[in-house]
Amino acid sequence: MIEFISDLGFIFSYAIPVMIALMLVSLGGLFSERSGVINIALDGIMIMGGFIGALLVLYVGRPLGMPTQLMVLMALIGGAVVGMLFSAAHAFAAIHMNSNQIISATALNLFAPALAVFTARTIGGTERINITDTYRMNIPLLQDIPVLGTLFFERAFLSTFIGIATLIIVTFIFYKTRLGLRLRSVGENPQAAESLGIDVYKMRYIGVMTSGFLAGLGGATYLISFDNRFNGDFLGLGFLALAILISGQWKPIRLFVFALIFALLRVLANLHDSIGVLSNVALPSEIYRLMPYLFTLIILAFFSKESQAPQALGDAYDQEKR
Amino acid sequence: MNWILNFIAKKPSSINVISSVLAIVMGLVFGLILMLIVNPSNALLGFWTILTGPLSDMRNIGFLIFYSTPIILTGLSVAFAFRTGLFNIGATGQLTMGAFFGLYVGVNWTFLGPLHWLVAILAAALGGAIWGGITGVLKAYRNVNEVVSSIMLNYVALYLVNLLILTTIYGGRSEALRPAASARLPVLFLDSIFPRSPINIGIFIALIVAAVLHVILNYTTFGYELKSVGLSRSSAKYAGIKEKRSIVMSFLIAGAIAGIAGGVMYLVGDRTFRINEQLLEQGFTGIAIALLGLSSPIGVVLAGLFYGSILRGGDAAQRIFREEIIDIIIAVIIYFSALSLFTKQVISNIVRKRTDKDVDLPEKEGDVG
Repeated sequence: MIEFISDLGFIFSYAIPVMIALMLVSLGGLFSERSGVINIALDGIMIMGGFIGALLVLYVGRPLGMPTQLMVLMALIGGAVVGMLFSAAHAFAAIHMNSNQIISATALNLFAPALAVFTARTIGGTERINITDTYRMNIPLLQDIPVLGTLFFERAFLSTFIGIATLIIVTFIFYKTRLGLRLRSVGENPQAAESLGIDVYKMRYIGVMTSGFLAGLGGATYLISFDNRFNGDFLGLGFLALAILISGQWKPIRLFVFALIFALLRVLANLHDSIGVLSNVALPSEIYRLMPYLFTLIILAFFSKESQAPQALGDAYDQEKR
Repeated sequence: MNWILNFIAKKPSSINVISSVLAIVMGLVFGLILMLIVNPSNALLGFWTILTGPLSDMRNIGFLIFYSTPIILTGLSVAFAFRTGLFNIGATGQLTMGAFFGLYVGVNWTFLGPLHWLVAILAAALGGAIWGGITGVLKAYRNVNEVVSSIMLNYVALYLVNLLILTTIYGGRSEALRPAASARLPVLFLDSIFPRSPINIGIFIALIVAAVLHVILNYTTFGYELKSVGLSRSSAKYAGIKEKRSIVMSFLIAGAIAGIAGGVMYLVGDRTFRINEQLLEQGFTGIAIALLGLSSPIGVVLAGLFYGSILRGGDAAQRIFREEIIDIIIAVIIYFSALSLFTKQVISNIVRKRTDKDVDLPEKEGDVG
C-alpha cells in the first residue's frame, strides 16, 4: 500500500504538468471551435509557443541572469503572445478569406516545426535547443498540507497554478459573461447572432486568437515543465489536445477530466517499467500512446450522431445566407 | 499584361492554374526573403541553387524523380478524395500502414521469387485501403467527420506500426533491416539513364495510378457516381446511388493509393523504416500537391515533380542553407493555396475592370468547402 501511494505521487509529479499543458491547449481549441472556427493548427501554435519560450530562456533570461521563476513567467507569456500572433494567420484565412480551415491550419502545422528547426540549426548548428534546468519550486506552508501539499505544492511548477486559474477563468467567461454567450452564439448560429447586433467577425477573431494565446501558453508550459530539450516538435501533443476537446464534447470541465486521463496515459508510456503493478503487466509503451486516440475514435463512433459540436463549426460566415 | 487578362476573360478556368502558380511564387518569395534575412550575401546563390540545381544533370534528375514518387502518390490519394467530396488528411496514416504491410511481405515472404516486389506493393495497397476504409465506414455509417477520425487514425497507425514493425519484422534482428533484394522495386534500365541515383520503377507505378484515376474519374459511371455523392449526398441517394457504399469505396481507393506510396517509399535498398514518434510528412505534403495540382491527376503529377525538384534543390543548397528552408516554403505555399478563393476573386475583379468582361469563377467539382 505504501509502495502504491509513493508510486502514485511519482506518477502525478509528471502527469500534472503534462495535464496542465494539454488542458491549456485544449481550452484554446475550445475558444476557437465554440466560435465556429475549426482549429487543427493547435499543434503548430503549441510548437511556436514552446519554441519562443526556449529562445527567451536561452537568449534573454540566462544572459541577463534573471531569477528562475521570473524567467519562466517571461517564457510563458512570450510563448502565449507569439502563439496568439501566429494564430492570427489562421484567423485571417478562415474568417476573412473564406478559406478551407483545414488547409490553412495544416499550413501552420507544417510551418511551425520547420521554422523552429531552421532557426535552431541556423543559430546553434543543431536542431536541439536545450534549456535543461529545474524550474520547480516549493510553496512554503502549503507544501506541508498532507497529500495535497505533496501533490501540488512541493516541487511544483508556476505554470500549474496559471493553468488552474485559466480553467476557472475560462469556465466563468464561457458560462457567466456576455462575451462567452456571444462567442458560443456565433459558433452555433452566426446569422441569428448577427441579427441581434453581434459582430460575427470580431467574435471569431477573439475566439481564434485567444485559442492561439492559450495554445502558445500550453506549448511553453510543456517545454518548461516536461520536455526541456526542444527538438522542433512535441510529438503531436496538439493533436492529443484536439482529441481531448472532442472526447470532452467541447465543455471546459470535461476537458479537465480528459486532460488528466490522457496525461496519465502519456506519462505511463514512459514510466510503466518503473511502477510495480504495471511492470508486471508489461504492456508495450506504444499501447499507452495510442490509447487516447483510439478512445477518441470510439467516442466519435458512438456519439457522432448526437455530437455536441458547435452547429456552425467549420462554416465560413456568409452574411447573405440566412 | 493585357494579353494575360484577355486570355483569362476568354478562358475562365485558367484562373485556377494561375492561382496555383501564384501560391508557388508567394512561397518562393517568402523563402527568398527569409534567406536574405539569415544570410544576405549568399541568399541569391542559394535561391538559384534550389531552383536550378536539381536540373543540372541526369543524376540530379534521377533524385528528383525518386523524391517525387511517393508524394505524387499521396497527392493522388488526397486529390481523388477531394474530387469525391472528401478530405483525406489521413494519407500519412494510410501510408504508414502501407509501409508496414509492404515491409512485412518484403522482409518475410522471400519464397515469392520474381513476383516478390509486386506482391509486396499489393500488400501495401491493401494495408492503406484497410486504414482508409475505417475512415470511410465511420463516415458513412456512424456520421463521424472524416477529418477528425483520420487525424486520430494517423496517430493510431503511427504507434501501432512502430509496435508491429518492432515485433513482427525487426523482432530482435537489426533495426535497419531492409526488404529482401527480390522485394525491392526493379530498376530496369533507369540506372543507365540516371546514373548513381536511387531511381526505380516506382515512378511508373505512380504514373499508372494517375492514368487509372484519370479514367475512373472522367470516363466511368463508377467515377461519376462517386463524384455525385461528393456534390450532394442526398441528391445522389435520391438518384438511386448507394451513397454509403460510394463513400466507403472512395476511402478504400484513396487509402490504397496512399498505401502504395508507403510501399514505394520503403521497398528500396537505401531507406529503412525509422521507429520514431513523428508522422511521415509525405502524407501532409500530399495535401499541398493535390491543391496545387487542382485535384486533377495530371496536375498532381506535375505538382509532385515540382515538389521533388525543390526537395532536391534543398539538398543542393544545403551547404548554404539548412534544408528546413524547403519545409517553410512548402508551408507558405499551402497557406496561399488555402487563400486561393480570395486570389481568384482578386484576379477576376482585375480582369473585369480592365477588359469590361465578366468572369465567372469556375466551379470546381467536388470542392470541399
